[in-house]
Amino acid sequence: MSGNYKSVAYYPGCALEGTGHAYNRSTKELGKALGLELTELKNWNCCGAMEVKNIDPKLQTYLSARNLSIAEEMGFSTVMAPCNGCYHNLKKAEYDLANDNGSREVNERLSQKAGHKTYEAGKVETIHALDWIKQEIGEEGLKARVKNSLKGLKVANYYGCMYTRPRHIFPEKDRGPGSESTAKPHFMDDLLAAAGAENVDYPLKTACCGGAHTLSDSDTSTKLVLNLLTTAEACGADVIATECPTCHTGLEMHQVRAEKVFGRKTSVKILYFTQLLGMALGLSPRKVGVHENFSDSSDLLRTKGLGR
Amino acid sequence: MTQAAGKRFDDLAARLDAFLASPDAALVAAAPNLADELLAIGETILEIWLSAHGKTPTARTVEGFRLLALHRQGAQRDASFNACRETCRELIYHRNLVCLDSVHPDTARRLRLAAMVARHLALFIGGKLEVAGLGEFCCSSRPLRQHETNIQRGMA
Repeated sequence: MSGNYKSVAYYPGCALEGTGHAYNRSTKELGKALGLELTELKNWNCCGAMEVKNIDPKLQTYLSARNLSIAEEMGFSTVMAPCNGCYHNLKKAEYDLANDNGSREVNERLSQKAGHKTYEAGKVETIHALDWIKQEIGEEGLKARVKNSLKGLKVANYYGCMYTRPRHIFPEKDRGPGSESTAKPHFMDDLLAAAGAENVDYPLKTACCGGAHTLSDSDTSTKLVLNLLTTAEACGADVIATECPTCHTGLEMHQVRAEKVFGRKTSVKILYFTQLLGMALGLSPRKVGVHENFSDSSDLLRTKGLGR
Repeated sequence: MTQAAGKRFDDLAARLDAFLASPDAALVAAAPNLADELLAIGETILEIWLSAHGKTPTARTVEGFRLLALHRQGAQRDASFNACRETCRELIYHRNLVCLDSVHPDTARRLRLAAMVARHLALFIGGKLEVAGLGEFCCSSRPLRQHETNIQRGMA
């Protein structure tokens, strides 16, 4: 990782314009509060999410390659994607373009047809919002800026399945001290601890939330989410911190559905890590979009001195 | 999912529910055995998956654990199976915590967490078996319709 992320291209992706709007809002506000500059990609396209690769994986690679090409044309060497799906697809495209002739051929053909520069692997680095804060600001930098400590807030950090898988598309991970771990990710834990939160040892931090099956098999998704929620509660967590809009929405919606369908009520709250860090830096809950979450955490935040 | 596999998953789920409903004292009293039972449940879950895919579950071990060998076997040519890799490791980790110090004050809690991890494994694998006909969505899924796409392009 280059470690120079003060000014990066920003790829919000489709989810952050819809169900994950609070993540979009809180990411931008957090960046502003930390003096980091985000420039949104012009005319970006959908990354193909989980669906396009089931039809044509090389087309999916092209979709991400086009976004990387836009970042390059805008003069950026780094693009930051807060959504795990977008982040994963950009990283996978980078890997495929570097290692697969077929993907390179399709990318070249479609880029020419679309009339833009063909993206070549290695020109633009993709990072996640966690890398952005962790590498550019770091724990010490965060500690120095904390105005409302998250002290007393017990957090289960939930990374979901796509932030670390498959391992081979994340060559910068598992590089020892300072790098992220694919077996036991910790960047979110590190940042929230720096903001004063008490992280609980959550054994399901990279387990599946069933997000992709939420329409095809809702009961399976609800059961998976219910187990994530009850396990977080068994660990003593007040809050599950998320860093993926699909996981976040799934946790919130299936928390409601678990109560309606299975009669199982859980009280753990769900907040984006960017919302928690933003509030720790003194931003109001409204500023970081807490009111846009389905999970109503206002009482908890007031109790912890974070609500206004 | 076949009826027999469904029944086995139901039995495992019932056992895990009973486990989680047990009082702390009962869990602590039988701690090492219960930790091993949870590990065995994890192995059974992966055996069901492997058998459903026409494979003979391996008796080998990886890093001293059959569960990891079964996971490795299941993940061959099915990268999306890796989404339960850390779940298997967490199950082993909690089992080890209990077996290394079964009179630790956290033993009951550790056993409950291990049971919840095992339950997640059962839900994930059971869910994968349930929706196998609907198409794969996970992080590295093999495109089920690749052949169809190739035919359309005249590449088959």
